Amino acid sequence: MDSTTIIALASIITAGFTTAIGCMMPALSEGKAVASALSSIAQQPDAAPTITRTLFVGLAMIESTAIYCFVVAMILLFANPFWNHIITQ
Amino acid sequence: MDLSPDQTVFWEHGFITINLTLVTTWGIMLLLIVSARLITRKLRTDIEISRWQCFLEMIVTGINEQIKEVGLEKPKEYIGFIGTLFLFIFISNIGIIFPGYTPPTASLSTTAALAVCVLLAVPFYGISKTGLKGYLKTYLQPTWIMLPFNLISEISRTLALAIRLFGNIMSGGMIIAILLSISPFIFPVIMNALGLLTGTVQAYIFSVLATVYIAGAIQNKKKSTTTKLIHHI
Repeated sequence: MDSTTIIALASIITAGFTTAIGCMMPALSEGKAVASALSSIAQQPDAAPTITRTLFVGLAMIESTAIYCFVVAMILLFANPFWNHIITQ
Repeated sequence: MDLSPDQTVFWEHGFITINLTLVTTWGIMLLLIVSARLITRKLRTDIEISRWQCFLEMIVTGINEQIKEVGLEKPKEYIGFIGTLFLFIFISNIGIIFPGYTPPTASLSTTAALAVCVLLAVPFYGISKTGLKGYLKTYLQPTWIMLPFNLISEISRTLALAIRLFGNIMSGGMIIAILLSISPFIFPVIMNALGLLTGTVQAYIFSVLATVYIAGAIQNKKKSTTTKLIHHI
């Protein structure tokens, strides 16, 4: 295998793994956050606005980790610096 | 595949480049300013007000309420900054209902500029509220050992603000572009509706986080639950 093939292979496989793991873990933790928020709303319906706002902010915090993984995967697939370096040589 | 609207260049001369992001941003700014001017031209305090005035009052009251609930006591001083952030991001995200529109927030340069605005606004409000000494003291909370970590968190949260907004909006456009090549009729419409929801939530999140950071810098005695939560993460 020449270096072009190795770079393409490594980029594609890494992008797949990045997306897979980066979807899995935030999904688990977001599910946990929503579940506990729902049960606390069921216990205290009066506090629903506060809980909802805090939940949204927390969910955005959790989701941003998934977004980082997505951005890295997109860079690997469409704007790969190593690939561009090899191609321009 | 286009990763951002920065790559659509209309005019270039020297280091001045006019691209799609710039044009859309100025268009939205013009829209916001002109519509606000037109509506506030004849404000009335009667029982009967025009429907546009009622609409604008609803927006301003709603944003004021949200700022107050997050933990800033006098929302009037902050709505100029936070409300503008919210309205700009909201309008630019919600514009995807028009065909052929690319949101300027799908470009990292726009979101980075907005995040830098927040980075600069935090010390501005902190110093104007508690003085230079009081603001610098917030970096030594809870002990002086935390100083490097506080500095790192200042940088990393700015980066996170920029990447979060950019990634969410860019991924929405990207998913629609990919789906259009696979199943080009109904399914992209559903994803577009999801994109509207994400855009609204992201505009809300961005402004709430800016409010929380400002509230953390001016060290309110009475902290709200959201502020406490963010400081524990």
